[in-house]
This record gives sequence, structure tokens and C-alpha cells, in this order.
Amino acid sequence: MGGVMRRELWVNAALWLGLICVPLWAHWAGEPFTITLATRAVIFAVAAVGLNIALGLGGLVSLGHAAFFGIGGYAMGILAFHAQNYQPLFEWPFVFEGSQSMPLIWVVAFAVSGLCAFVIGLLALRTSGVYFIMITLAFGQMFYFFSISWAAYGGEDGMLIYVRNGFPGLNTLDPIQFYGLCFAVLSAALLVQARLARSPFGLALNAARQVPERVRAVGLDPVRLRLLAFTLSGAITGLAGALFADLNRFVSPSMFSWQLSGEFIVFIIIGGTARLFGPVVGAMVFVGLEHLLGGLSEYWHVWFGALLLGIVLFGQGGVIGMIAGKARAHD
Amino acid sequence: MTEVLETRGLRKAFGALQATDDVSLTLRAGEIHAIIGPNGAGKSTLIGQICGTLPPDSGSVHLNGVDVTGLSTQARAGRGLARTFQISQLAMEDTALQNVLLGAVGASKRAWRFWRPALRHADLRDRAEAALARVGLDGHAATVTAELSHGQRRQLEVAVALTLNPQVFIMDEPMAGLGAEGSARLTPLLDSLRQEAPILLVEHDMDAVFALADRISVLVYGRIIASGTVEDIRRDPAVRDAYLGDAE
Repeated sequence: MGGVMRRELWVNAALWLGLICVPLWAHWAGEPFTITLATRAVIFAVAAVGLNIALGLGGLVSLGHAAFFGIGGYAMGILAFHAQNYQPLFEWPFVFEGSQSMPLIWVVAFAVSGLCAFVIGLLALRTSGVYFIMITLAFGQMFYFFSISWAAYGGEDGMLIYVRNGFPGLNTLDPIQFYGLCFAVLSAALLVQARLARSPFGLALNAARQVPERVRAVGLDPVRLRLLAFTLSGAITGLAGALFADLNRFVSPSMFSWQLSGEFIVFIIIGGTARLFGPVVGAMVFVGLEHLLGGLSEYWHVWFGALLLGIVLFGQGGVIGMIAGKARAHD
Repeated sequence: MTEVLETRGLRKAFGALQATDDVSLTLRAGEIHAIIGPNGAGKSTLIGQICGTLPPDSGSVHLNGVDVTGLSTQARAGRGLARTFQISQLAMEDTALQNVLLGAVGASKRAWRFWRPALRHADLRDRAEAALARVGLDGHAATVTAELSHGQRRQLEVAVALTLNPQVFIMDEPMAGLGAEGSARLTPLLDSLRQEAPILLVEHDMDAVFALADRISVLVYGRIIASGTVEDIRRDPAVRDAYLGDAE
């Protein structure tokens, strides 16, 4: 038992160091495109770490997490759009011109997507199983079609942000510096998940996934535990959406697409459900294959699908599970 | 003696079936009150109404003199109603210690702590380990529940209830599936628990019931047909006819 834990710790440490070393190497070697790929993988990983809190720890299979990713993206888009066009976002109670400052954008993206997750969770958590999957999917689609029809912010065409938003003391246009920011956010999200999983809250949430009747019998409400997990989960995925929009300097309704929600789930399954670095591995594999196979054929998803099938059928606990062994209760 | 738990005129019907028919019973400090009855007598329905998983059609449930009929399961648990389940409700992927720790987390209202690991809340861990030791599972704290034997899981059920600052224990067939040896091991434990809180014991194992109970109530077709000491019940002709039958 201790052996499996220690092995997973080594795997995680190696992955984390790899995420530092590879982009640094690319920076020295003058391969900015590799850094961009790594940034994309890291941002997807943040989104999937967020989902993993709901799905892995809470057992809540949300097929609507792209909604939060999109909300984060539009939070960035709207704030930056007003700032670059010098049109105040609102004039009462004070004049607010929008913002191109990442820290502010991150706070707004985190808070707004968390709030939306709270409201959606209030309604969706009255159901479970297939109904929960369908209701989260329905909310995701509502946001998707709303963004298409929202002409003030680009409608179907989305919004182009000409200059990447700034971060105090950094040049965010330098790929390696922007990567560093995204990597720091990923590390923070992983730290939060790791602490959460072992905390009293994580213990109760984990039990609510397995035996809700027992959780009630010890005086706790499983729905409230899940609601908080879902809210935090949505907020983290929203933060990833703001980073993704900044990476592309472009926001569009495709950030809300249900295919993206499905891909987040796939990242987790490939890497290993409820494993700390599962979403990280899943996002790396996805972005890597998208790059390698995508160059060969536009139907690269076929091969990606075959890989997923293989892991679901033959892999125990995803890639992390295959390397580090079956997940065991900690301590 | 003071009444810790009391039901007054509980009724519950499922369609034409009267599953609970005017059940009034009391549980006093320090006693074990056993509910016996044939299959389908309405024992589980009664437990559900006492624990808050099933609303009664009429009647009320009182805990320490307070009417708790309108309270949820979790609110009743918070007031010290500690139940065990007929079919073990344990987090199978977690260790034995984590299962009792969950009880300590719930009882201490500390589920909204997000940073320090649960196992490093020393007071919770002490309480959880004491409960494990009390039921004789201290050697299995780190064992994953799925790998415990059936008998050990029944002990773990009791251990979780012990962490809840119990005012009253509601035990739904704690001996279920144990066999003579296992139930002989659990009997002295339950016997000692009445010092902490009185026990409402629903049980099929008659040896255990006769060894433990201070009072016995016999439930048949949702109605209590007899109530009294072990000797009263043994002698009661209606009981022998309806339930014990030719068992002796």
C-alpha cells in the first residue's frame, strides 16, 4: 500500500519536473511552438483538474463543464474588449473601462464561473446518474446558444483581443513567461486538489460518493457537500477558460461546445479518475496526439478514440494507474 | 426513569398495507429495548420513521423530550441519534479508520475544513481510534474496508455509531449474517454499550435478544401485540402463537 503511494508520488514528481524542464529546453533551443503546445496542455490540465474535483472526488459526471470554461473565456473577452475599445463596461456607480490585467481577469473569471456553477449545481444536484449528465449537458448548450446570439460580443464570430493581457512585472507576450504563469496556476490547482482530497471535507465528499446514506446518518448533508465541490470545480475550470482565451487572444462560442466538455472527461479517464495527476497526463496525451496525428490526418480522433477504448478496456486507473498501480485509500 | 426516545401513535401505510399501526414505544436511559417480529412485520418501516428516512402518516417521534418528527435524518443524527444499518453502509474503498473518522467529522461539525488532512486533526483521530479499539478493530485501522470480513464490517458499523456522541443507539439487526460465533462475540459489546446510551435493538437472533434485552416488544403486522420483560414475552401465549410458534 505504501509502495503504491510512493510510486505515484515519484510519477507525479517526474511529470511536474518534466513540465518545468521541457518548456525551458524549448526556450533555450528556440522552439517557441513547443512552448505554445505545452501551454495549451497545461491550460487544458487546469480545466480537467477542476472537473476532477467534481467527477473524481465527488462522483459527479458533469457533461457541461465547457460552460464554465466558456464563462471564464468570455469574462476575459468582455473585460479586455471594453478596455481595448475604450468603451466603458458600465458607468454606474463608477466608470469601469474594462481591464487588461490578468490578476483582475482571473478573479472575475473564477468568481463568475463559480457563481454559475453554484446556481447550476443547486438545480442539477437534485438529480443523479444519467439525469445529472443530461441536465449539465443542457445547461452547457444553453450557454453555447446564448453566446452565439450575443451580437454585442461577436455572436458566432467571437471576439479578437489584439494584445495579450498583462501581468505585473512580466512580459506575457514572451511565450515562456506566459507558460510560467499557466504552470503556476496548474501547480496551485493541484495543491488545492491534493489538500482537499485529504481534508475532512474531502473525506466526507468521498464517502458521499460511495455511501450517501451513511453520510446522512453521521449528520451531514451529501447534497451540500457535492454543491460545494461542484462550485469549486466550476470556478477552477472557469479560470482555465480565461487562460485559454489569453493563449489564443480569441474568444468564441466554441469554448462552450459540448465536445469540449466530453474531452475534459476523456482527459480524466485517460490519465486516471481521481488520481491527482490524471488530468495532467490526459491533457498532455491529447495535445501531443492532436499535434502528431493531426498533422497526418484530419481524422486523427479515430486513433485517439482507439487509445481511449484501449485504456477503458485494459488499463487499470488510466495511464497513472498503469504506471503506479491501483489506487488505494491513503494512509 | 427518563425516556430518551419515544414514539407516539406512529402510523404508516403503503397503499392498503398498514405497515406501522399505532406504534407507541419508549426507550429509557440505560436499557436495551428489543423489537422482534416475523419478516414483514414492519420493523424496517418503523426504524425508517424513527431515523427520519421515512415520514410517518401520523404520530410523532421524541428525542430527549423534543419532537423531532419534522427533522431530517442528518438533523436527528446531530442530536445524538446514532444508527447502525441492517446492510452495512460503509465506504468500501476507504480504510476502517477513515470510516470511523467520518463519524467523528460529522459529530464535530468539521466537514467544512479544507486544508489540514483529516488524519491530522488529532482529537478526531483519537476519537476514531478509541471507537475502533472499543469494538476490537484496533489492529485493522489501516485495512481497506472491502478487505474486512463480514463480521468485522458489522463491528465497524457499531464503531461508526460510537463516534457520534450518541444519546441513543438504533441498531437494525446488528447480528445479521454473523452466525453463532460472530454474534456471541458482538453480544458482550452491545451489553456494555447500554452504559453510554440506551439501545433500540431490532434483531432476529433470539439468543442475543434474550441475553441482552431489558424489555421486548413484539411487532406483528405493524402493531405491537405484546411488550414486557423477557420472561413476560416468553410466557405470552399470543406471542408464542404469532411468532415464537414452535421455536421452543
